[in-house]
Amino acid sequence: MYNPVAFSKPIIDMRRFLRLLVAGCAMLAASLAHAQLTIEITGAGANRLPIAIADFQGESAVGQDISAVVRADLERSGLFRLVPGAVTLSESAPIAYDDWKGRGADALVVGSVLPGAGGRFEVRFRLYDVQKGTALGGLVYTMAAAQARTTGHRIADFVYEKLLGEKGVFSTRIAYVVKSGARYELQIADADGVNAQTALASREPIISPAWSPDGTRLAYVSFEAKKPVVYVHSLASGKRHVVANFKGSNSAPAWSPDGRRLAVVLTKDGGSQIYMMNADGSGVTRIASSAGIDTEPFFSPDGQYLYFTSDRGGSPQIYRMPVAGGSAQRVTFEGGYNVSPRISPDGKTLAYVSRNGGRFQVTIMDLATRQTQILTDSAKDESPSWAPNGRMILYASEIGGRGVLAAVSSDGRVKQRLSVQAADVREPAWGPFIQ
Amino acid sequence: MLKKLLAVAGIVVLVAGCGTTPGPEQPGAAVEDRGAKPITAPEVKTVTSDQVGEGVLPPELKDPKNILSKRSVYFDFDQFTVKEEFRPLVEAHARFLASHPKLKILIQGNTDERGSREYNLALGQKRADAVRRMMTLLGAREDQIESVSLGEEKPRNPGHDEAAWAENRRADILYVGE
Repeated sequence: MYNPVAFSKPIIDMRRFLRLLVAGCAMLAASLAHAQLTIEITGAGANRLPIAIADFQGESAVGQDISAVVRADLERSGLFRLVPGAVTLSESAPIAYDDWKGRGADALVVGSVLPGAGGRFEVRFRLYDVQKGTALGGLVYTMAAAQARTTGHRIADFVYEKLLGEKGVFSTRIAYVVKSGARYELQIADADGVNAQTALASREPIISPAWSPDGTRLAYVSFEAKKPVVYVHSLASGKRHVVANFKGSNSAPAWSPDGRRLAVVLTKDGGSQIYMMNADGSGVTRIASSAGIDTEPFFSPDGQYLYFTSDRGGSPQIYRMPVAGGSAQRVTFEGGYNVSPRISPDGKTLAYVSRNGGRFQVTIMDLATRQTQILTDSAKDESPSWAPNGRMILYASEIGGRGVLAAVSSDGRVKQRLSVQAADVREPAWGPFIQ
Repeated sequence: MLKKLLAVAGIVVLVAGCGTTPGPEQPGAAVEDRGAKPITAPEVKTVTSDQVGEGVLPPELKDPKNILSKRSVYFDFDQFTVKEEFRPLVEAHARFLASHPKLKILIQGNTDERGSREYNLALGQKRADAVRRMMTLLGAREDQIESVSLGEEKPRNPGHDEAAWAENRRADILYVGE
C-alpha cells in the first residue's frame, strides 16, 4: 500500500496523507467503540455464485474501499464465491467477457468514485452477466466520504437482488443488548456488525427490543424502575416515552405490521395476559383471557393473527389467535417446551425455540405442512429474529459461558457468529428494509 | 517545509474529524441517470437511564435479628407455591404492612436462566403473585403490594448449575423507598 514514488508528486502525497489520517481517525473511533461486533462465517450455501468485484476506480479518495465492502457483504451471505484477481476497472470500462469467463466468474461488478460538488462524491457502478455477455444494470449514488460503507451496502443489495431475485439485507440494521459488567447497552449496528451506536445505556437490564416497521423506533422493556416497563424510543432524536407502566409487569412488545398498534403483555389484571394498545400507549384493551400465562405475542405479516406462547395446556406451547378476537389454536405439539414464535416475512414459516433433551434450539415449522426442522446444534438459543428478506434468522446463543449472536439460514446451511470482545451480547432484533 | 505544513494541516483535520460527533447525514442532490439516490446513514442518539431514589423507613426492616430483615422466598423447580418454611416470613411482612398502612412493597419474582427471557418473566410473575396473594389473605391491603417480575435478568447467583439456579428461583420483598 505504501508507495515511496508518490513522494515526488505532492498532490498525491497530500491525498495519501489525508487518507491515512482518515484511516487513523476511523481506528481511533473504533477503539473507543469498545463493543464492536465481529462476524465469523461458520457455514456457507451449497451453490455459491462466482462473482468478481473489481476495485473501483478512484475509491482510494474516500478512505474506505467501497469494493471491499461489497465483497465482504456478498461473501458473508454465504451465497457468493469471490473470484480472485485484483484489478481496477472504471464504471465505463469495456468488459473482456472471455477473460472473466476464463477466471470462472459468472458476474462482474465495476465502478468509479468521482469527486463531485461540495466535497461529495459520485459513485457509479455496473453489474455484468459474464456468461451471457450482457449488462444487468447499474446505479449512480452521491455521498459524503463518510458514507462509503453505506454506499457499499446499497451496491451489494443491488447485486444480490439482480442475481438472486430477492432483496438483499446488507443495508439493514440490527439491534441487540450488550451486557458488560453491570452495564447494559441497547445498541444498533449495521447488518455487518460495523458502526455500532448506543441507543440506551442503563445500569438495569434491557430486553425484548422490537423495531417499528418503518425502522425509526424501537419498543423495548427496561428494568430501570425496578420492574419491567415498556418504552418506545425514537432512534434519531433519542426521545423515548413510556407506553406501558401499569401495576405489575409490562413486557413483550410487538408492533402491528402497519406500525400503529402494539401488542404487549401486562399483569395488571392478574397473570401475564396479552393486550393491544396504540403505539403511543393509549387505548389499552385486553384481547384474550386465559387462566395461565400468555406471552411473547408476534403479529402475522398480514396483521390478522397473533402468535404467542401459552402454558394453558400444561407446558409452554405456541398458539395463534385472530387479532380481532376469537379462540386460540395450538400450533406446536412436539416436545414440552416451545417458545418465542416469530413468523417469517412471507408468513409461511414459524421460527421458534424448542427444548430438545435439555438443549434450547432454533427450530422452524412450515406452517402449511407442519413439518419441523431444528436449525442449530447449540444448547442455549434464544430470541430468534428474521432478516426482512426471510433468508436468515438471527438469534442469541452462548459459547463458553458468554452470550453471542448467531445467524442461520432458513435451510440451515449458512451460519454466522457475531460476538463482542469481553461482553455478553443478547436479545437481537433484525431491523426492516431501509426505505 | 511542505511536510511540516502537511503535518499541521493533518492534525487540524484529525482533531476536527474525530472531535465532532457525527451529525445527521445531509441528503445531497441526486445526480441521476439511472435512478441516482443520495446515500444517508441513519443516526442513533445515546440516552442514559435514570435511577430510582431512596427514602427513610422503619429500622426494624434492616435489623438482622428481626425476621423482617429476611426478604427472600425460595421456590422449587417449576413450582409457584410458597413453601411451608417461608410462611413465617411472609406472615411477618403481611402483619407489618397491616400495622403500617402507609408502607408499600414491591415483590420481585425471579427465575433461573433456562429458556426464554419473556416466558421466564411470566414465570417470575407467578412467584411474585403467589407471595402477594398470601400476604393479602394475611391482612395486607391490595394497594400496599405490587407484584412484578425480573424473570432471569437479575440472578443472585450468576452460576450455571443447580445450586445457582435454586438461589435464583425466588421472590424478593422490597419496601418502597429502599
